[in-house]
Amino acid sequence: MDACSFEKTNVFNPLDSRINVISFHEDLTFIPTVCTQCEIPYCAEVCPTSALVKNAETGLVDFLKEKCIGCKQCVVACPWGSIKINHLGKEIIKCDQCGGDPACVKVCKAEALTYVDVEDAVSSKQHGVAEAYRRIASEMEKGVNP
Amino acid sequence: MIDGGYQGTILRVNLTDRSVKEEALHEDWAKRYIGGRGYGTRIIVDEVDPKVDPLAPENKVVIGTGPLDGTTAPSSGRVMVITKGPLNNTIACSNAGGYFGPMLKRTGYDMIILEGKSSEPVYLWINKGKVEFRDAKHLWGKLVNDTDRLLREETHLEAETMEIGPAGEKMSMISNVMFNGHRASGRTGVGAVVGSKNLKGIVVRGNKGISVADHDGFLEAVRSTRAILAANPVASGGLPLYGTAVLVNIINSVGSLPVRNAQDAYFPEADKISGETLRTQNLVRNEGCSDCPIACGRVTVIKEGKYKGEHGGGPEYEPIWSLGAMCGVSDLNAITMANYLTDRYGLDGISAGSTVACAMELYEKGYMPAKDAPFPLKFGDPDALVETIRAMGEQKDEFGRLLAQGSYRLAEHYGHPELSMSVKKQEFPAYDPRGIKGIGLEYATSNRGACHVRGYTIAAEVLSPGLDRLAYEGKAAVTKFLQDLTAALDSLGMCLFTTFGMQAKDLAQLYSAATGFDCDEKEFLKIGERIWNMEKLFNLKAGLTGKDDTLPPRILSEPIVTGPSKGEVEDLGKMLGEYYSLRGWSADSVPTKERLQELGLQDLS
Repeated sequence: MDACSFEKTNVFNPLDSRINVISFHEDLTFIPTVCTQCEIPYCAEVCPTSALVKNAETGLVDFLKEKCIGCKQCVVACPWGSIKINHLGKEIIKCDQCGGDPACVKVCKAEALTYVDVEDAVSSKQHGVAEAYRRIASEMEKGVNP
Repeated sequence: MIDGGYQGTILRVNLTDRSVKEEALHEDWAKRYIGGRGYGTRIIVDEVDPKVDPLAPENKVVIGTGPLDGTTAPSSGRVMVITKGPLNNTIACSNAGGYFGPMLKRTGYDMIILEGKSSEPVYLWINKGKVEFRDAKHLWGKLVNDTDRLLREETHLEAETMEIGPAGEKMSMISNVMFNGHRASGRTGVGAVVGSKNLKGIVVRGNKGISVADHDGFLEAVRSTRAILAANPVASGGLPLYGTAVLVNIINSVGSLPVRNAQDAYFPEADKISGETLRTQNLVRNEGCSDCPIACGRVTVIKEGKYKGEHGGGPEYEPIWSLGAMCGVSDLNAITMANYLTDRYGLDGISAGSTVACAMELYEKGYMPAKDAPFPLKFGDPDALVETIRAMGEQKDEFGRLLAQGSYRLAEHYGHPELSMSVKKQEFPAYDPRGIKGIGLEYATSNRGACHVRGYTIAAEVLSPGLDRLAYEGKAAVTKFLQDLTAALDSLGMCLFTTFGMQAKDLAQLYSAATGFDCDEKEFLKIGERIWNMEKLFNLKAGLTGKDDTLPPRILSEPIVTGPSKGEVEDLGKMLGEYYSLRGWSADSVPTKERLQELGLQDLS
C-alpha cells in the first residue's frame, strides 16, 4: 500500500493506495483486495458522465478523471469496495495495474501478489489439480483403471 | 524547512492536566540526531533530570519514529520508546516492529512526548488530528492481546495500538511497552514508566501522507537496498525460513548458549528447541512488519499437550533460550506457552526467563527457602517454568512480586547478587561471552545494561567469517563501530536485521534521499557516535560509573564445563581499555572534552 500510493501520488499514504490489505489481528491473516476489472462493471453502469469505461482493448476499467463530477455513485455500486476515495475524501481512485508493471507486485517479496495473464492463472490451477489426481493415481495399487 | 521524511510536528501530551500541544520539530536536532532513538534521547536529555525517580511523574516518555518510517525503505516500520528506565536508571531506548510507527507518523506526528501522571487509568485515541483522553478503568488489568482487540473495537478496526499489560500496570522492573498486541519494546522496564503514568495505551489512526525529498533518488535507494537484502543468505534465507530461532543450533554449535543460569554453555538438547523444530512443530506462517521484505516473525500454534490450541506470535530466539536452555527446559511447547504469557502480561522475555533461571539456581542451592516457592523450582521442569511466569505476570503473592523485579533484585534479596546473570541489573541475552569474546564487551559497555542489539558483534564473530570468536584482538573496534552504526540506524526507524546485508553507506543513501540532508557514510557513523556519547553523558549524570562496565563474576571466572568452548572464561580487561581509548574516553569511562567537542556535544557535558 505504501508502494502503490508512492507510485500514484509521490507520497506514502495507504489511504491513497489502490490496493488494500485487510488484517485479521486475532489469527494474523492478511487478505488483499483490489479492483477486479469486471467484464460488466457496475461502477461504469452507474456513472452519469462515462468517467468509468470498460476498455475493450486492455480489458481494464479506465477512470477518466477529467470527466468525473465526484458524485461517488461508483463507490456505492462497486460490490468489492475497490472504487476508493482518496485520503481527502474527494477524488475517486482505482487500480489501473500500473500499465502492466504493478508497483505492489514489485515490493511483494513473499509473492502473495503476482501479476499473471488470466489464461496462465487458469492453466496453472488446472495443472495443480491434475497433479494432485496424478499423485493419487500413482498411489492406488491397481492404477487408475483397475 | 525539511523537504521530506519527517512530518515536522511533535505532539506533547500532559497526562496530569490532560492538555495537548503541537510543537515544531527542530531541523537542527533532526540533522544532528536523525529521529527516533537519537532525537528522542535529545528530548529526554533536555527535559528530564537524570537523577529523577524513573517512576515519578517528572520522568517523561518519548514514543518516536524515524524519517524512514512509513516509506518503502526495507524493514522501516520501527517505533521507539525513550525514557529513563526503572530497572537500572539508565537512559532507555527500546524499539519494536509491527505497524504502529508508520501509522503514528500518518497522524501527522513524528513523535509523542508523554509527561505527568493521570489520576485515573486512561488511554489516548489519536484519530486524524484529534486527540482524545479516554477512560481505561475497564481495561486496567487486561492482558495485552485482549487490550489490543478491545482498543480497536472501541476506536477503529484499522487503527494501530500501543498498550501495557498487567506487568506494566504493576510496575514490574522488567515490563514492556507492547504494540499491536504482541510486538514488544522490551528491556529496562519501560512498561513500568507508562504504567506509573496510569496510561494503558495509545491508539492511532492517521490520513496524512509521508513525502520524500528526492523521489527518483529514493526509489533507486529502495530498489538497491531491497536487492542487497534479497541476495543476502541471512535476510532472505535463514531468517524467513526459521525465524530468529535459526540461531539456537548455530550458537549452541559454538558452545555459547548459556544453560541453567549459565552454569554451562552447551545444551545437548538444543535441537528440540531450535528454529528448525519450531518450523515443523508450531509454525503456521511467517509474519512481516510494515514494509519488510524479510518477514522473520513467527505465527505459531501449540498442537499437542496441555496447552493445545493456544496460539500467538513467536517465540523468537532470545525467549526460546531464556525460557528454554537457560532454565534447562527442552519442551518447546512449554517454552512457546511461557513466551505467549510473557507477551500477554507484557513481560520482557529475556529478563523473565533469566530471572526464572536465577530463581531455580537459588532454590536448588538452598539459598531460597522451600517455603518461599509455591512449588519446587527445579531446572528442566516445564510446569515450574510456565507457572513461575504466570506468577510474575499476576504478582498476586510475594513470590510473584519479587521475581517481577528481575533477577538482580531477586538474587540480592537472598544474599547472592552474583547469581544474577546481569550487567547494570539487566539480564544478558542468549550469547555467552566466555565463548564469544566481543559480545561481553558489548554487554559491559551497552548504555542500557546487558544487551545484544546495541552492537551485535555476533554478526562479525559467528555469522560471517571474519573475526575469531575466541580472540580479543579487534573486538573493541568492531564493538564501537557496531554501537555507533546501530544508534544511527535505530534513529532512522529501520530494523537492525537490515544490517546483515546493508552497510552504513546504504543507510546514509536512504536517509539523504528521504530527507534531502547531505549525509555520507562517515557523517552517518558520526551521528551514531554522537548519540552514543549523549546517552553515556546521561548515564554518568544518573550516577552510573566505569565500575558498572563489568560482567557477572561467573562469566569472568567460572570456566564453561562442556562443549566446544569448554574451559573458556571472559577476560574483559583485554578489551575494555582499548575500547575506552577508541571512544576517546578516560580510563574510568568518562568522555573527554576533546571528543565531546569533536562531536559537538560540549554543551551537554
